[in-house]
Amino acid sequence: MSTVLEPTKLVPYYQVLDEDGKVVNPDLMPKLSDDQLRELMRRMVFIRILDQRAIRLSRQGRLGFYAPVAGQEASMIGSEYATTKEDFILPGYRDVPQLVFHGWPLYQWILFSRGHQHGMEMPKDVNALFPQIIIGAQYVETAGVALAFKLRGEKRVAITYTGDGGTSQGDFYEGINFAGAFHVPAVFIVQNNQFAISVPVRLQTAAETLAQKAIAAGIPGIQVDGNDILAVYAATKEAVDRARAGDGPTLIETLTFRFGPHTMSGDDPTRYRTKELEHEWERKDPLVRFRKFLEAKGLWSEADEERTVEQAKEEFNAAVKKADEYPKMTIPGLIDSMFEVLPPSLKRQREEFTGKEEA
Amino acid sequence: MAQMTMIQAINNALDLELGRDPNVLVFGEDVGKNGGVFRATDGLQAKYGAHRVFDTPLAESGIGGLAVGLAIQGFRPVAEIQFFGFVFEVMDQIAGQAARLRYRTNSRFHCPVVFRSPFGGGVKTPEMHADSLEGLFVQTPGVRVVIPSNPYDAKGLLISAIRDNDPVIFLEHMKLYRSMRMEVPEEAYTVPLDQAKVVREGKDLTVIAYGAMVHTALRAAEEMANSKGVQAEVIDLRTVNPIDIDTIVASIKKTHRAVVVQEAQRQAGAAAEIIAQINEHAIYHLEGPVLRVTPPDTVYPFAQIEDEWIPTPQRVLAGMNKALTV
Ligand SMILES: Cc1ncc(C[n+]2csc(CCOP(=O)(O)OP(=O)(O)O)c2C)c(N)n1
Repeated sequence: MSTVLEPTKLVPYYQVLDEDGKVVNPDLMPKLSDDQLRELMRRMVFIRILDQRAIRLSRQGRLGFYAPVAGQEASMIGSEYATTKEDFILPGYRDVPQLVFHGWPLYQWILFSRGHQHGMEMPKDVNALFPQIIIGAQYVETAGVALAFKLRGEKRVAITYTGDGGTSQGDFYEGINFAGAFHVPAVFIVQNNQFAISVPVRLQTAAETLAQKAIAAGIPGIQVDGNDILAVYAATKEAVDRARAGDGPTLIETLTFRFGPHTMSGDDPTRYRTKELEHEWERKDPLVRFRKFLEAKGLWSEADEERTVEQAKEEFNAAVKKADEYPKMTIPGLIDSMFEVLPPSLKRQREEFTGKEEA
Repeated sequence: MAQMTMIQAINNALDLELGRDPNVLVFGEDVGKNGGVFRATDGLQAKYGAHRVFDTPLAESGIGGLAVGLAIQGFRPVAEIQFFGFVFEVMDQIAGQAARLRYRTNSRFHCPVVFRSPFGGGVKTPEMHADSLEGLFVQTPGVRVVIPSNPYDAKGLLISAIRDNDPVIFLEHMKLYRSMRMEVPEEAYTVPLDQAKVVREGKDLTVIAYGAMVHTALRAAEEMANSKGVQAEVIDLRTVNPIDIDTIVASIKKTHRAVVVQEAQRQAGAAAEIIAQINEHAIYHLEGPVLRVTPPDTVYPFAQIEDEWIPTPQRVLAGMNKALTV
């Protein structure tokens, strides 16, 4: 079960930094200021802490659904950083970090996790959908969002995510094919973290890469070292720029790994992954690699790290507190959200419940 | 005999049928090495090999189509849809293809497929995992929908389903997976499809339920017996399509009043069908209208209020009281 990052001839392969944080492909190096480079690191550390906190809260039974993200920070943050606030994200269930930096308030994420309707109610100025549970659904919808931008002549891009498993769904093919056929401004990201719950990617497909699935849709496909935030940023920026310029969609496969279980609902990775494989990927930790790169340039220090960790903890605690205090959902409130104008049958049902609540 | 949970009884049924018939195949997402996300298929791949028990790519329509194709070639697939909320992805293969195969080919081909799937609320799953979507298939001729309420029935009904030559949707309520143990014979046995069961005898009122609601109805019936001395008869439907109206009518002839309890939203669905059939077959035996106790007509809500949304014993009791007085 080797998952070594082997460059392939079928699609371009992007890597900027090697595992020691040394630049191996200077021509792919994105044009980012020192402050921007530091910001990328800050975001990765921030999310690593949020992930640890969320896992802890989940173990205490104080969170609901949670899919850990450690290991995939470069993939998630590097790609989101290549978008603007006007671009629209259609995320999968694991894509919390992208949403957080696109503006999803942390307390709403916690409410979402706890199964509160308000959690999924994106603030009006946040251009994103809630995390999709149905695998693949967001891929087809992305073609629609992107077509809307094209029809209105807006220079905006729709960006979506799924995992390696998600590429097996019919919706995946339909989404990239529609986007190609309508030549819309969309970026499709596949985070290939090697496993769909327990199923390894070689059981998903006989294709050598997932990026090459773009060929059948007639759109560019790029494979990226998903633990190298500079490579992910560079590939996504290129795709976003191309989409914005009216040059159509791109499929990007990021090669990465989730360190934790699939979700916090009883998944046990030791049933399907070896310790060796886990260690192999721990050596590719996206935070370690980028930290080495920045430290060599004098752009990141222990103090920076500590400050970020403290800030993440504080923001998380404040968010948990706010979520704890948020009013509970009610059945009448739920009924009200079914239609703009409640039909008489639902009005009667609402009364049954309000009557009961008053009693 | 052994004490088994429902998940163990299901695992045991699959094990026995894989061992008995080499044409039985078990497949789906994560059913192989992982043994299923609920461990329903635990140990089966190790025992029968990856050609009999295997993981598929992540695509429900693919799983359904694979099952239909294998069935046409004489296999007996037991395909898992990881959560029944994902059934929309495979709707065409179940309702548009499998359910019509016998009719279309005038029995040249038939479709001995079992679609197993966990469903049901009260366990705080994320969206699209818990919905009671059996109603979609109550309006689909050509498929059976089987919903066991206990470990003994689960094993016997699953074995019947696997041996049946037509497609069966076999729904396993998540809350029942590990909530009770029961004496279950270790050898193979069958519980007949299409037959409801009277699980509590009574003369004053009939309560019809299935799945986890059987237990809610039983609790309400006990409470009513204790507080009022009123004896409710409780029927566990077991097969939701087709409906065993004979058992229901026999009960109503005795009690003259009825309440149907369902975990799915009110409109259309199994309860509506049951009431329509009662009207057709037993209206002159009724002393009052047949009532329903159900959640309101909303989408399945998020985890926060599912316990309030799903009928509680109190709400069932209120429905029973109303049925006795109207
Ligand atoms: C339509 C659908 N089928 C099945 C599932 C259950 N499920 C949730 S996550 C998952 C595996 C997804 O793997 P992948 O696409 O590789 O993403 P990853 O979790 O690795 O990020 C499965 C089978 C689902 N949520 N939706």
